[in-house]
Amino acid sequence: MAQPVELPSKIHVGPVIDEGHSLASVSDKVGGIVIKRKITLGWVFGLLIAFAVMQNLMIGATWLLIKGVGVWGLNIPVGWGFAIINFVWWIGIGHAGTLISAILLLLNQSWRNAINRFAEAMTLFAVMCAGMFPVLHTGRPWLAYWLMPYPNTMDLWPQFRSPLVWDVFAVSTYLTISAVFWFVGLLPDLATLRDSAKPRWQKVIYGALSMGWRGSARHWQRYEKASLLLAGMATPLVVSVHTVVSFDFAVGIIPGWHTTIFPPYFVAGAIYSGFAMVLTLMIPVRKFYGLDDIITLRHLNNMAKVTLATGMVVAYGYTFEAFFGYFSADTYERFMIWNRMTGPYAPFYWCLILCNIITPQFLWSKKIRTSPGILWCISIIVNIGMWLERFVIVVTSLHRDFLPSSWSMYWPTIWDWAVYTGTLGFFMTMIFLFIRVLPMITIFELRMLLPGARVKEPVAQ
Amino acid sequence: MSGHAVEQPTLYGLIAEFETPGELVAAARRTREAGYKKYDAYSPMPIHEMDAAMDLHDNRVSLCTLIGGILGGTGGFGLMTWVAAVALPLNIGGRPLISVPMWIPITFECTILIGGLTAAISMIVMNGLPSPYHPVFNVERFANASRSKFFLCIESDDPKFDLAGTAGFLESLGPEEIAEVPR
Repeated sequence: MAQPVELPSKIHVGPVIDEGHSLASVSDKVGGIVIKRKITLGWVFGLLIAFAVMQNLMIGATWLLIKGVGVWGLNIPVGWGFAIINFVWWIGIGHAGTLISAILLLLNQSWRNAINRFAEAMTLFAVMCAGMFPVLHTGRPWLAYWLMPYPNTMDLWPQFRSPLVWDVFAVSTYLTISAVFWFVGLLPDLATLRDSAKPRWQKVIYGALSMGWRGSARHWQRYEKASLLLAGMATPLVVSVHTVVSFDFAVGIIPGWHTTIFPPYFVAGAIYSGFAMVLTLMIPVRKFYGLDDIITLRHLNNMAKVTLATGMVVAYGYTFEAFFGYFSADTYERFMIWNRMTGPYAPFYWCLILCNIITPQFLWSKKIRTSPGILWCISIIVNIGMWLERFVIVVTSLHRDFLPSSWSMYWPTIWDWAVYTGTLGFFMTMIFLFIRVLPMITIFELRMLLPGARVKEPVAQ
Repeated sequence: MSGHAVEQPTLYGLIAEFETPGELVAAARRTREAGYKKYDAYSPMPIHEMDAAMDLHDNRVSLCTLIGGILGGTGGFGLMTWVAAVALPLNIGGRPLISVPMWIPITFECTILIGGLTAAISMIVMNGLPSPYHPVFNVERFANASRSKFFLCIESDDPKFDLAGTAGFLESLGPEEIAEVPR
């Protein structure tokens, strides 16, 4: 039933989906990974490693709850160590998913259809990881609900003028809307799984999850409208979330944080690290699951281009941070930027410049953009670089307080590392489970890319 | 005797299967032009041409979303105003109690939160979901409607429906196959 593929005219690096795919074959291929494919040793091994690493989180969080936040390397003046660094890093990673699913949908970029489900899943798991940090950082996570406005016997309300409260609203809205958008996108694909599953328990589970979706044209019409509205709202939402995260810094009066460039520079950095993480995860997945006919080199090429473009915005951000420090003529600002470049944390700063500005320059080469192995290495370096960026922003501004008598150094303890690596394990565990229980590619949107989906009415009227 | 088939409680309708989306769009258009009201087309992916062919223009999801967004935004803004001015007024350096610029982020987030939830929920509710059972699922080949095939079902509730006549009409649309849909 394979139909000839008409290639779109403007193709530089291959098609968005390889020739030879039909409506039935994409459904069977992507759905088959979930309902037909045997559990492989590689998957079990990967899951076990991720699950084992996740235990760091359990141990680290337990010890934290027993002893308090003093087990972390925090001190005064550096009260915002790993907790905030990792929070910002994880949230940023999540942003690529929403960018791909919402912004690229509005821009009619059909190549996103093959990667949006996976990227959205990554968003959800990354935001979950991010959310753990501020909650644990409160020291008494069981009282985290105090952050929400609700009538209480203490007659207290949150301080709505505080960016930290804005953060609570931004991140919880982001998690909720991402989950809803993801679920709405899953409905038709869950119906596909329900209809092609053989064992009864699979039919029942996917049938219940799909809510009885039957692909009615009247349903599709409302469905498309709702998807478009959700995309339209998720687009400003994703920009607002990292803007609000940057307000946590920029609204304060700490040297190095109090700049107006923070919101755009944070949003660009978020998308930069997010696309790097999508590449980090997608390149192995497309290889191990043989999806290189659906996630083609064209996708990798496009994602690498977005990484390069946002990397350049981030480079602009670093340049102007330094320039503002100099141009402010403010003693503290000038000292902060000088200390960042030459002080005790200078190696971190120069490493971050190497990872985030120098390394992505290789992406100008089309050859590198289309070699998965090299691209994967670059994406890992960018992830590390973006983590270093958050470290440098948080620590270098705080560790040299206004009074030299308050100066101190910040070094993470083993418990900081336990919680951080634990969230990495949690993230990978969720990814491993996700690729086995849900279709990792949006099947119904993939069908829309096929020539067989084009409407050619048989009789001219 | 054609009226007899209409009364049959066991028949939901007649379903025709098509190979391509183009055939389905043409069939849906001809069904509408033939005066049928209660019919539906089923496809494994959205077909934008279908809205014109079936004359679908339901904007209630957008309207609900707009209302939800406005309620969310005003609700968030109202809550902050009430808290800051009535429930817990705090004088911080003589600054105004109702500090609108500081409330923009939360107002915005509440707009998106309630608007987005309304969009998804109103779509699900108006589509009559969840509906784990539907008569079309009784047709064995309908499992392909979520995979690669296209279906058009004319329901027996339609005033124009009569078993023989409608079957003949569907036949004229050139389907792969026609089946009765039991309830």
